[in-house]
Amino acid sequence: MLVVTVIILSVISLFIGAIDIKPSDLLDWESLETQIFLISRLPRLFAIILAGAGMGIAGLIMQSLSRNKFVSPTTAGTLDAAKLGIIISMLFFSGMSYIGQIMFSFAFALIGSFIFMQLLERIKFKDAIFVPLIGIMYGNIIGAFSTFLAYEANILQNVDSFFQGSFTLVVSGRYELLYVAVPAIIIAYIYANKFTVAGLGEDFAKNLGLSYRTVLNIGLIIVAVISTTVVLTVGIIPFLGLIVPNLVSLYLGDNLRKTIPHTIFMGAAFLLFCDIISRLIVHPYEIPVNTTVAVIGSAIFLIMLFRGKAYAQK
Amino acid sequence: MIELKGLSKSFGKKTVVENVTLKIQSGAITSFIGPNGAGKSTLLSMVSRLLDADTGEVLLDQSDVKKMKSDAFSKRVAILKQANHLNVRLTVRELVSFGRYPYSKGRLNEEDNQFVDKALAYLNLTDMQDKFLDELSGGQKQRAFISMVIAQDTEYILLDEPLNNLDMKHSVQIMKILRKLVDELGKTVVIVLHDINFASVYSDRIVALKDGRLVKDGPTNEIINSESLREVYDMHIPVQVQDGCRICVYFNSHN
Ligand SMILES: Nc1ncnc2c1ncn2[C@@H]1O[C@H](COP(=O)(O)OP(=O)(O)OP(=O)(O)O)[C@@H](O)[C@H]1O
Ligand SMILES: [Mg+2]
Repeated sequence: MLVVTVIILSVISLFIGAIDIKPSDLLDWESLETQIFLISRLPRLFAIILAGAGMGIAGLIMQSLSRNKFVSPTTAGTLDAAKLGIIISMLFFSGMSYIGQIMFSFAFALIGSFIFMQLLERIKFKDAIFVPLIGIMYGNIIGAFSTFLAYEANILQNVDSFFQGSFTLVVSGRYELLYVAVPAIIIAYIYANKFTVAGLGEDFAKNLGLSYRTVLNIGLIIVAVISTTVVLTVGIIPFLGLIVPNLVSLYLGDNLRKTIPHTIFMGAAFLLFCDIISRLIVHPYEIPVNTTVAVIGSAIFLIMLFRGKAYAQK
Repeated sequence: MIELKGLSKSFGKKTVVENVTLKIQSGAITSFIGPNGAGKSTLLSMVSRLLDADTGEVLLDQSDVKKMKSDAFSKRVAILKQANHLNVRLTVRELVSFGRYPYSKGRLNEEDNQFVDKALAYLNLTDMQDKFLDELSGGQKQRAFISMVIAQDTEYILLDEPLNNLDMKHSVQIMKILRKLVDELGKTVVIVLHDINFASVYSDRIVALKDGRLVKDGPTNEIINSESLREVYDMHIPVQVQDGCRICVYFNSHN
């Protein structure tokens, strides 16, 4: 079902945009339409699918490892840390290569989420709602620091547009970094059982002979890789990592070997849907996809909060 | 055999387990008893490696448990802690299947599935095996956890107050299952119990702790008497013999 939805949405996504492209146009290899299709539409589609699936998986892993349904890269400081990494690399290492910037940002994302997990271990009061609030505050502190740095250096505007969260700039040559998310997702699937066991808590995990720390660290690395690649190519996509795993959990449970494939497809479908809306609503212009995601996502999130508070706290 | 040698543990300045030395007899049920805060759970956590001792060591067949590989250890010793807050939506069967994780790493073969079926049946969970844990009552959940530990099929099974949340029927049933595991399969069970009568009726040996120290260690019938129990609990506990069982009748005791 989900797979079919993804396919249908993909086809729609390919054939809407400022310039009308009909399937028949593609028969002519040389036509402008075909060129647009290959250079802009297809890369955009791949980017959306990868970003959606990736953010879903990153959220799923974080929720499992932190044992909290309301934790995700956006509510654990991961994305803010990745952003801070980029700003610092722009400001202080201006000669740095693109790869260097990526690695820098990745290191920050990793350290950022690691610190959050350490914070979690020290908090005694692990209320389901309280934990993500701490994460959001923590992210905001990092974010404030980034803004301060960017402001001081007069690159605030650059930075803001950089992280706008948009697929408009996704053309071939500018999104390939996202493919790094593919091996990360595959590794996540290979580790699925380990993550589920780790999600039972440290004592259960140790009883079953799992090297808890190692699994935790591998999980955080996967989350950081995915988050960094997504942030650097399409910007911050809020809520997706939060709501998609929760929706899947509602009907499928928390056994990651079962939920990972669904999360991948639902994440992709959700982002495709939001992107299509972003492009249709002010056609032929478009609004940033993260605005659409934020509106739809926060609505779903609120419903989840009210209806699911009891379930999340169990 | 499991041997505890001079185990101590402090939290901050407070010593909660002090120099405990004891041998846990194999092929028997040993009950740990003692007042709240005596250090029973802490001791069990150290034996099962969930907690590191400050001093002393735990030997499993003469080798230091700290030096054993974690998956080798998890095939020999299983522990269920006192309080288990799981907010994970797994079905009962999935949870019990993870008891096979030390062997299967999550890919169950025919043999693993048989263990799971048996462990479910032992605890009357077959009918609810496809229910999610968060749809179960406290006692049903507790049974699912015990079932998981049984599926782990270890020589040593350590249970910290497993009768928590259970009604009388299921308490009796679980104690009988533990008896069967010991008598028929030769397993060794260590169990923390507050219900002194379950300890009296079902265990072979009793270990009593008080203020972090070992105060009694011996066969059940040598410990279930008013004199010894006063030392442990500081209260008068009359003991009556009924159908060959020593039963403590302490409900309206005046010190
Ligand atoms: N993580 C911890 N940090 C600080 N103190 C602790 C910790 N764990 C246990 N304690 C203290 O150690 C003492 C022994 O605790 P333990 O849980 O072993 O007791 P217990 O015999 O199992 O009690 P109960 O019958 O209530 O379960 C208690 O005084 C407790 O307050
Ligand atoms: Mg205890």
